[in-house]
Amino acid sequence: MPDETITLEVTRYRPGHDREPRSQSFTVPYRKDWVVLDALNYIKDRIDGTLSYRWSCRMGVCGSCGMMVNGVPKLTCAAFLRDFQPGPVRVEPLANFPVVRDLVISLDDFMEKLLRVKPWIIRQTEKPVAEGEHRQTPAQLEVFKQFSMCINCMLCYAACPVYAMHPGFIGPAAAALAYRYNLDSRDEGYRFREPVLNDSVGVWECTFIGECSVVCPKGVDPAAAIQRSKVAGAQDWAKSMLMPWRGRS
Amino acid sequence: MARTNEPLWWTLFSVGGVVAAFLVPVHIVIHGLAIPLGWIPVSHGRMLGLVANPLIKLYLFVLIALPLYHWAHRFRFILEDLGLHGFRTLLAVLCYGAAIVGTVATAVVLIGI
Amino acid sequence: MTTPRVERPGLYYPKLPATWWLRRPNYVRFMIREVTSVFIAAFLVVLLCQIRQVGQGPEAYAAVMARLASPGWVLFHVVALAFAIYHSITWFNLTGVVQVVRIGDRQLPPALIAGGAFAAWGVVSLVILLFFLRG
Repeated sequence: MPDETITLEVTRYRPGHDREPRSQSFTVPYRKDWVVLDALNYIKDRIDGTLSYRWSCRMGVCGSCGMMVNGVPKLTCAAFLRDFQPGPVRVEPLANFPVVRDLVISLDDFMEKLLRVKPWIIRQTEKPVAEGEHRQTPAQLEVFKQFSMCINCMLCYAACPVYAMHPGFIGPAAAALAYRYNLDSRDEGYRFREPVLNDSVGVWECTFIGECSVVCPKGVDPAAAIQRSKVAGAQDWAKSMLMPWRGRS
Repeated sequence: MARTNEPLWWTLFSVGGVVAAFLVPVHIVIHGLAIPLGWIPVSHGRMLGLVANPLIKLYLFVLIALPLYHWAHRFRFILEDLGLHGFRTLLAVLCYGAAIVGTVATAVVLIGI
Repeated sequence: MTTPRVERPGLYYPKLPATWWLRRPNYVRFMIREVTSVFIAAFLVVLLCQIRQVGQGPEAYAAVMARLASPGWVLFHVVALAFAIYHSITWFNLTGVVQVVRIGDRQLPPALIAGGAFAAWGVVSLVILLFFLRG
């Protein structure tokens, strides 16, 4: 072990054995260019092979390695040890999700909500291949591009107290992706997403705390997407009240 | 899945919030500090003349009644955030009910001058 | 109605404590922002009472003015003013995020929208103040 070290306090939880998670201390080498993920990999390779956690690309595009680092949701591949010197660094599973084992959480709820908002281009009739591709101007792309940057890392759900208190809440990422497709000039599926967003557990649960946008590693700003969806939803609601003969658009 | 009337309360909250943001600070300065402390002398006669004016009454109604819905919506969620979730319907009835009572009281007072 | 979640055996379900909002500065700021609505409503109720007393005659008006000049009421209004200003600042900053303004196919930057709102706030406040100052 080189001279400089740093201590990680890592959550351990064994389903069926432990009633609740506990913390285990590990001392790892401190390197200026290491991230928390490097430290976890060191622990698993050299100290305790039973430590369980998710990771993949280690460069901030896959969204697999989200965990709580000193109480803040972070991608562990983007959390440099030097920012936490002298430590100790507390590494816990992503907040507001059920813990499966150690640092691994259950994604089921998010996956179900993601499917619910139908995050794909919906057309009345598909354009035949012979007619060529959909054309889109740079300005049309600009309208939704920011919201398409989501890597489904779920840091926003971990930052959202509303999701913690009301697990039925659709949540920031799912709402932002619904908004992204509603804004896409190629999409004609607003009427399928609108009931999901305007549901009682849709955007109306949000109290605009805004922490989701603060922790998002890709600058998606889901808080903005949700508030703008509220504006659209309120307009839809007003239209349906004042002109009930019109079907919901 | 359930349709909801949340958009109504959110719209009232938003409009109330806009009214409060633009108008309340200056009115606190005027009616809470400047006039009582004598920085701006306003006689009873002038005050009465102002509040008797129908346009002013309308302005005062908007100023006072709408931010009550802003309060009701935010206060309801504050109570939930502090641990009272599970009482959603009760809290909504109490908060929006209070705002409606306040609206009626405002109208009654203003019309009566 | 929020439906209760089905909990599967073996998984650990963390619970959020009621003091969650004290854990991060951003959450505390959020709570303060929400609480501004209470002080705004309280002031407006006091204002309504003032207006009612105006209609009750000069003695009633003088009595309420004397009451409001007391240190307790002045303190209330100073505190209410601080909260009201915090509401205005946070509200106008967020207006840029919530309200999308498009000119042609370009979107106005949120800072510009917020700046416009702050400017309008200044103008409106000045107009109202001058209305009371003129005679």
